[in-house]
Amino acid sequence: MYAKDGENYFIVDAHVALWDARPSNQLNIHGKQFIDCFYDYHRNLSPEAELWPYEDFLYYGGRRLMKDLFDDGHVDHAIFQPAHLGAFFDSGFGQAEEAFALAQQHPDRLTYNHCWDPRLEQKGIEQLRRDAARFGLKGAKLYTAEWHGDSRGYKLDDTWSYRYLEAAQELGIKNIHIHKGPTIRPLDRDAFDVADVDKAASDFPELNFVVEHCGLPRLEDFCWIATQEPNVHAGLAVAMPFIHRRPRYFAQILGELLFWLDENRIQFSSDYALWTPRWLIEKFVDFQIPEDMQGEYPPITVEQKKKILGLNAAALYDIPVPAELALAQPAGV
Amino acid sequence: MAAHAPAREKRATTLEERARQALAEVLDPELDEPITDLGFVRSVEADGDHRLTVHLRLPTSFCAPNFAYLMASDAKDVLTALPGVGTVTVLLDDHHDSDLINRGLAADAGYRGTFGAEADNDLEELRLIFRRKAHAAAMERALTALLRQDASLTEERLHGIVLGDLPSTEATRALLQRREALGLGTSPSDPVMVDDHGLPYQAGEIPLRLRFARSVRLSIDGNAHFCRALLRTRYPDAAQDQSPRQEDSTLITPEKEHTP
Repeated sequence: MYAKDGENYFIVDAHVALWDARPSNQLNIHGKQFIDCFYDYHRNLSPEAELWPYEDFLYYGGRRLMKDLFDDGHVDHAIFQPAHLGAFFDSGFGQAEEAFALAQQHPDRLTYNHCWDPRLEQKGIEQLRRDAARFGLKGAKLYTAEWHGDSRGYKLDDTWSYRYLEAAQELGIKNIHIHKGPTIRPLDRDAFDVADVDKAASDFPELNFVVEHCGLPRLEDFCWIATQEPNVHAGLAVAMPFIHRRPRYFAQILGELLFWLDENRIQFSSDYALWTPRWLIEKFVDFQIPEDMQGEYPPITVEQKKKILGLNAAALYDIPVPAELALAQPAGV
Repeated sequence: MAAHAPAREKRATTLEERARQALAEVLDPELDEPITDLGFVRSVEADGDHRLTVHLRLPTSFCAPNFAYLMASDAKDVLTALPGVGTVTVLLDDHHDSDLINRGLAADAGYRGTFGAEADNDLEELRLIFRRKAHAAAMERALTALLRQDASLTEERLHGIVLGDLPSTEATRALLQRREALGLGTSPSDPVMVDDHGLPYQAGEIPLRLRFARSVRLSIDGNAHFCRALLRTRYPDAAQDQSPRQEDSTLITPEKEHTP
């Protein structure tokens, strides 16, 4: 919980990771390239006081995660969204076992989402059924630019993607977090395009589709589909830290999201450990659309901030919210 | 490729200078800017036998390989077309597909020859999509400037605005170039607010369409700024090679925003 100026905010960090990118876990040069790319994002957008040494960034472990999120970070509940990246890292990038064990120790604090790859076809669906039972899955994270054999990406409207979504629906995995990356098959197309999400969202109206980093770098394509599909949501991973270095850009992203979607379909996340939640939450609570932009974008209300910071994600994941932190009008779906 | 980079007045004399001028015609399709302004040209070297070697660099190892290939192969094309040039070697540095792309460029293998089973057809549709986005953004910039200038003008009334009504500014010139790149009309009597095919919108849908064009423009501006900044984080010496973006709505700011 975060309290400021007499207001109390229930915080759900809807996208966190426990990764291991140490050289001992890197399978090839791409493992290093991947974590170096993350580290450049971290260095580029963090305030100076929040910068981590490279060694810490490679691997930080569960204790540090608990401290950064819950002791220091104001977070009430966080959701693991693991990217497997099995072509780059020996035991995967997201550490499934370690994260799940942590979630079991702290069920009131942590939710573990798992991932799947539709290119594993039937074998993968059987694994998904076992995973759903073992992890008690309410959500899944899909990285569409995952490399697999000689394929380096898939779409959400591929035949096998649909079979997995059908299985997810049947298994009660209702929150599908989509993380678009730079590769897709065929490479003829724009890998960041979200037309496949549009199609899946129409065909699976019972599922929620949370598009991570709100479609960036294609904010416009995302907004266009989200305005038409009521079960498409915006995850603020990667968008949040612009609040520090580029507050006017952040204001415009948020202004567009509030215009095209609505305040019930936007979720805060730090994308930990790309960034830590404390400074993001504090800056967001203090944030306002700059005055000279308020003709274009209306000011953001305290109620909107409460929804974005936690109440929306809590509604999707049935996370109990203490009565004194809830709104008179319930948030979310 | 669309040849709408700002005209370089300076007369190039050496092969290296001519090569740099030619590279200024190569655009990053996503950011709608010359690769030279973005700092993506790492080095240009001409030797005594008129052989050219050009190294390109990008903000991350994981920039989309299809766009990376487009820029690198466009660079090779404009350099090969220079009169009096010998062998041209274009190398993309530090990318996850560097080996693949550099081999394909050396062999002039084309897109399908470079990417094999990952390539279905070609990248022309991808190029077209981004030319259309660039046009939408340029249209929004020109019209928003007009709306700011004339308080009596409403969004609905943009329906009647034709190219001849636009002031002679950089934004208008940029719009005309992007229309040309798409084969859309550029006569003074042509309507400004048109769709991807040059057809005017109904008056009633203009506010929403303008709004959408604004989100396209915001995306491109935001990405351009972030890509520039990431390139400087990755290669600190890139700062000296970058030119500021001509129009960046995300930076109209009284106070200077932080730069890393």
